[in-house]
Amino acid sequence: MTVTDVRKDPEALTMSITSEFPVSVERTWELWADPRQLERWWGPPGYPATFVEHDLTPGARCRYYMTGPDGDSPWGWWEILAAEAPRRLELRDGFSGDDGEPNPDMPEMTMVLTIEATDDGSRMTVVTSFPSAEVMAQLLEMGMEEGMLAAASQIDDVLAGTAAG
Amino acid sequence: MVVDIGAATELAGEEVDRLFHALADATRRDILRATLDGTEHNVSTLARRYPMSFAAVQKHVAVLTSAGLVTKERRGREQLVRGNPAAIERARGLLDEYEAVWRGRIDRIGDLLADETTEPEGADR
Repeated sequence: MTVTDVRKDPEALTMSITSEFPVSVERTWELWADPRQLERWWGPPGYPATFVEHDLTPGARCRYYMTGPDGDSPWGWWEILAAEAPRRLELRDGFSGDDGEPNPDMPEMTMVLTIEATDDGSRMTVVTSFPSAEVMAQLLEMGMEEGMLAAASQIDDVLAGTAAG
Repeated sequence: MVVDIGAATELAGEEVDRLFHALADATRRDILRATLDGTEHNVSTLARRYPMSFAAVQKHVAVLTSAGLVTKERRGREQLVRGNPAAIERARGLLDEYEAVWRGRIDRIGDLLADETTEPEGADR
């Protein structure tokens, strides 16, 4: 299994997840920097993501939508707060209306990605901070509605460590 | 670990805020731990464990009660509290759900990288 560490801090409202991959730091960075690769893993099963704007420079905005099985297409956005390719990326992630413009009424979170070299590849850590428990619950509720957790059985497989890695 | 999506998403936002606020204090977490043994605890007895006034401990218990983390019962002059393990499970459930989202993503990254190594066509560096 590639996930090596998960830390959930209900007091600080953060979750940190660390995984290791048998590829270089540069290759792991490409998973985020190349929108066509990002699209292959960002959206959950049944909800592939399409990035219509993608730019990982500080201040830039990315926009994407997901295509659901019923033709629904929830939109999301990123705002890049800091970027030091290929090792660090800090962004705000939120939902938006159909025009892809951030909706201030919708919740958002902050993510910090760090990629470090290991003896046999690279280690990727993503720390997500939620501004409040209410937002966290709201995001997860929306995620449910949008089918972000559609494949509950698949998730169970992952948790049981039976997924192919 | 079971991802109990239903229980966590049924929580209203305000309720969740109360939960996490209640858990955000070391004394309250300690009281909670002490009361999770399945027995009733007298608030006066609990108060002796902490270097603070009875009123202060009572206040902490009230926060825990309003978050649903403990239940309180009055018996004569005694106030008896008991921890509610189900409430903690729900709080943890929220972060578990988010963990599941990321485990799914990392799993897909693993598949993507594996595809690449079996198909040398992919431009690997």
